[in-house]
Amino acid sequence: MIFGLSEHDIISIGLTAIRTLVILLGSVLVAAMMIWVERRLLGLWQDRYGPNRVGPFGLLQVVADMIKIFFKEDWIPPFADKAVFVVAPAIIMLTSMLAFAVIPFTPTWTVVNLNVGILFLLAMSSLGVYSVIFAGWASDNKYALLGAMRTAAQMISYEVFMGLSLLGVVLLAGSFNLGVIVESQRGMWNVIPQFPAFVIFFLAGCAEIHRAPFDLPEAEQELTSGYHTEYSGMKFGMFFVGEYLGIVLISCLVTTLFFGGWLGPWLPGFVWFALKAGFFMCFFILLRAATVRPRYDQLMAFGWKVLLPIAIINVAITGAIVVAQS
Amino acid sequence: MKNAAQNAISATSGVLRTLGMTFMHSFRKRDTIMYPEEQPYLPPRYRGRIVLTRDPDGAERCVACNLCSVACPVDCISVVKTEDETGRWYPESFRINFSRCIYCGFCEEACPTYAIQLTPDFEMGEFDRQQMVYEKSDLLISGVGKRPGYNFYRVAGMAVGGKDKGAAENEAEPIDIKTLLP
Repeated sequence: MIFGLSEHDIISIGLTAIRTLVILLGSVLVAAMMIWVERRLLGLWQDRYGPNRVGPFGLLQVVADMIKIFFKEDWIPPFADKAVFVVAPAIIMLTSMLAFAVIPFTPTWTVVNLNVGILFLLAMSSLGVYSVIFAGWASDNKYALLGAMRTAAQMISYEVFMGLSLLGVVLLAGSFNLGVIVESQRGMWNVIPQFPAFVIFFLAGCAEIHRAPFDLPEAEQELTSGYHTEYSGMKFGMFFVGEYLGIVLISCLVTTLFFGGWLGPWLPGFVWFALKAGFFMCFFILLRAATVRPRYDQLMAFGWKVLLPIAIINVAITGAIVVAQS
Repeated sequence: MKNAAQNAISATSGVLRTLGMTFMHSFRKRDTIMYPEEQPYLPPRYRGRIVLTRDPDGAERCVACNLCSVACPVDCISVVKTEDETGRWYPESFRINFSRCIYCGFCEEACPTYAIQLTPDFEMGEFDRQQMVYEKSDLLISGVGKRPGYNFYRVAGMAVGGKDKGAAENEAEPIDIKTLLP
């Protein structure tokens, strides 16, 4: 007995701590490797090679870039609001990494088994907006501020459909718990009965992490690089990795909510999860390679006039069917 | 309503089509040439490193007329003229500063004797700027370059050692303007 804890408690706490560390490090590592994967895949789809010199297949390019970015001057503009400027990149990393806490990678590998898992996820992705707004505001730069304003409007609008599209899944599973949602897909993956919801969630997820084609906040041609224009060194690196963490997160979420998470024959659960999530990560990159950026009013019109009605109709129909069946 | 549905279908199919087309690029041959290991093919007229060529007899083609130096937009060519005992001109020194050269090829166009030529070689990087200044000994090659068989003095009307007026190819004997005989 130490601090009133039995031996069993201590072991379970230790195991949870190890699990948390592995998931945190793993997700950040995967996000960092995504940079390499993206560059190679973009190269493949543009008929070129991408980084292939540093290490086998250019795998160590990420390491080289990391070394470079760590040794870069960490410059804070004299006109910036220093405290907010420093906090902003930390927030996006924090919220993205916290969101990984509720994702069930396998039946046993999840940090917290929250019964409001989906709400927690949505809350975390909403908090990510603060990072962008802070960065844009503290930079005291018109491009950064414009980018931040765009991001805020985009993320808040797409949050609505993201939440609404998940309601159908929640209705089918009867729970907000992600583990329960995965188990409810044993008979059939949610993507079949909830196909519109899947499409809306994927698009909204794309907009949420401001990836191409919804990368208006970072539209280089108009806004240099948007809200992180003034950032350099590792602070920029954190925005960068935070964005890739977002891709990994949305891919994991799509896998969990619509494609049956760890469920699958023959192979162990984690392999199925990784395969499905990896497929969606690659699909995000294909989307970037193939599509063009819409105009800002088109983005907003598409969200409010197309996705919102479809999401509401989907919730209504799913609800009616669930009520009729019970 | 019908219009909106048509719009939706065409937009969706457009996005799916572009996704598919981009994905099909996975199976295309890549355009990149893995440069240091694999050398790219450069056409013979590629404008790279400048050389001074020789005529088929092995003598220098350059007659030190300075036209290349005049034509050069960045003034990177410096030529000093001298003569041999037979009256034939040749450059005492011929210097090209390749850290200024823009490889425009104007010198090659200006050259009346095809002496100065640009070659398909671009690997001229140096760590030391001084190394970029090429002297005549660095520029002169032993071949004829892109113009085999051409010898300026053999076709030109100028008299030099071993060749008088009228002795060049396709050149008539000089007319004696002081005689009245036909």
